Amino acid sequence: MAILVTPSTKLLVQGITGSFGARHTQLSLEYGTQVVAGVTPGKGGQLFEKKVPIFDTVAEAVKNTGATASAIFVPPPFAGDAVLEAIDAGLDLVVCITEGIPVNDMVKVKRAMDGRKTRLIGPNCPGVVTPGTGRDSLGGCRIGIAPGYIHKKGNIGVVSRSGTLTYEAVWQLTSRGVGQSTCVGIGGDPVNGTSHLDVIKMFNDDPETHGIIMIGEIGGSAEEEAAAWIKKNCRKPIAGFIAGATAPPGRRMGHAGAIVSGGKGTAAAKIAAFRDAGIGIAETPTVMAETLLKMM
Amino acid sequence: MNIHEFQAKQLLAQYGVAVPPGEVAVTADEARKIAERLFAGGEKVIVVKSQIHAGGRGKGTFKSGFKGGVKLCKSVDEVFQNAKAMLGNVLVTKQTGPEGRLVSKLLVAGAPPIKKEFYLAVLLDRASSRPLMMVSREGGVDIEEVAEKNPDAIVKETIDPAVGMMPYQARKLAAALGLSGDLINPAVKLFLGVYKTWWECDASMVEVNPLCIVEGNDGKETLSAVDAKVSIDDNALFRHKDIQAMRDLAEEAPLEIEASKHNLNYIKLDGNIACLVNGAGLAMATMDIIQHYGGKPANFLDVGGGASREQVTAAFKIILSDPNVKGILVNIFGGIMQCDTIATGIVAAVKETNLHLPLVIRLEGNNVALGKKILQESKLPLTSADTMADGAEKIVAAVKK
Repeated sequence: MAILVTPSTKLLVQGITGSFGARHTQLSLEYGTQVVAGVTPGKGGQLFEKKVPIFDTVAEAVKNTGATASAIFVPPPFAGDAVLEAIDAGLDLVVCITEGIPVNDMVKVKRAMDGRKTRLIGPNCPGVVTPGTGRDSLGGCRIGIAPGYIHKKGNIGVVSRSGTLTYEAVWQLTSRGVGQSTCVGIGGDPVNGTSHLDVIKMFNDDPETHGIIMIGEIGGSAEEEAAAWIKKNCRKPIAGFIAGATAPPGRRMGHAGAIVSGGKGTAAAKIAAFRDAGIGIAETPTVMAETLLKMM
Repeated sequence: MNIHEFQAKQLLAQYGVAVPPGEVAVTADEARKIAERLFAGGEKVIVVKSQIHAGGRGKGTFKSGFKGGVKLCKSVDEVFQNAKAMLGNVLVTKQTGPEGRLVSKLLVAGAPPIKKEFYLAVLLDRASSRPLMMVSREGGVDIEEVAEKNPDAIVKETIDPAVGMMPYQARKLAAALGLSGDLINPAVKLFLGVYKTWWECDASMVEVNPLCIVEGNDGKETLSAVDAKVSIDDNALFRHKDIQAMRDLAEEAPLEIEASKHNLNYIKLDGNIACLVNGAGLAMATMDIIQHYGGKPANFLDVGGGASREQVTAAFKIILSDPNVKGILVNIFGGIMQCDTIATGIVAAVKETNLHLPLVIRLEGNNVALGKKILQESKLPLTSADTMADGAEKIVAAVKK
């Protein structure tokens, strides 16, 4: 079954005509993703790549195409508004790729999402991939910016705050002939829609997922919260890696959320929480797949 | 982005937070004139405070041997002498590192007698995705220590961003600090002002430490933000031109400023193995793996997902400007980018910068075979690595030679 998305998920893209959004929409189409609509205010009525209809609003796009998920490639000052528009249109899933959204905008968005059914992934994330059965995993659902060909359909779930480390883990699996159920990048911002724990719960309930790689990094306490739940509830083997053991305190390491402040959010504390929860620790990022496969 | 104490107090004052009267001086003469005005206005003691983006100023020592980056003064002449000793000199504190920071600005302010010290801060509570105000009866000390030794001394109030901080929440916190009588209303005004500063300036943190009960010039007790620290969310700076203007480039590492011009995310560290990586998570992990194999990373450097040849060249130049660097590890996962494009960029950059240090390159992803071939055929003295671990081991060994 995979989680969040399947190859039949109907996707719309907000910001489809921007250069970044257009490029990745094209790659998603080539991957086999059902991109059914685009949204760019003022460009309603046009076609993207001569086939995908563009609408002025998300509501119109949903009404006309039946899309249930959205990918957001809207510039940071307008991205919070774009997320809320997608939620207002009643989508099941919104994946916000945009990096650089002001934290307070996301604080408002999260507050406005209270009680709504929509799940937000991101922002500042590589997106979600459920690999397909074709060559280079074609025929799957790719929402976002991950390279599609590194995937392979299979039974490992991957969840991470970092894009490139997700690719690293996925590639290690695929190179060993091990496929993935779904790969989820939850994003590197301090306020995000979906946590490690949310995704772990979904993987735990997904019969197609047999093992999990969880990649975290310094900052916040989301990894510790996930570990506490895993210790009591998770029935599947998990390997974990935490990035940022050598990061100096008080400095943001690229991701807005990757910062050790007030002695909180250190790699050591997260690794200790992982160990306590029975999560296999990958001592280096090179052995993420190996660590999991040894446990299975 | 961090700003100076005097700038933080300017922002706070705009939102109605009581701060001691004061002005900024860049010369000892200016400090003297400010002191004259403050004494004439009824101040009995004046404090001269070095303005640098680092804590521990009071206990710091100047490289000249002069002790203390914060001085209390009872006369105009004392202000002048202290200002002269501080300005143009390098102050070393426990937060600056041994290189210290050049003091080029002073805050000259009134220093009324302090009756009691508290701690006050607003920050983002990541677990609830909401703002949080926290106060403590133990002020003027390191809050991390308080959190560790006496966590009950810290009282927190989560704020609903839909309505903002409500006066009742400010009253609760005031009561928790034991403030009563004539101090309640000033406390409420101050707390609400601090929250408003945080929210409207898009701050990542506002810290008032210490927040003090002071004896005003009229002999009455009142509240005052005696020291304050504000940092701003970089992502929100585009909508705060006035705060952008507060950026002090002298407080930032020159290489980090250069990197930001090329849209490179670079942070200088004190090791000797430089790394050049695409993606923040992978860049952190690369630093970690260098250390895992016994080396010390010289920097964090994320060239981003679509690094151009110009960016890679700029990145090499920045790395090579750090005299500590004895070797370089390039770690690229070419997901969307093609490894051959990246390899061509690296070869060009190595030639342009006339690199003579050990260079280990780990390429993975799209068109990796072609990428490796380009590196090999370049005839440059570089080493290829198959995995991150292989790359880290090779560069650590090369640097130890």
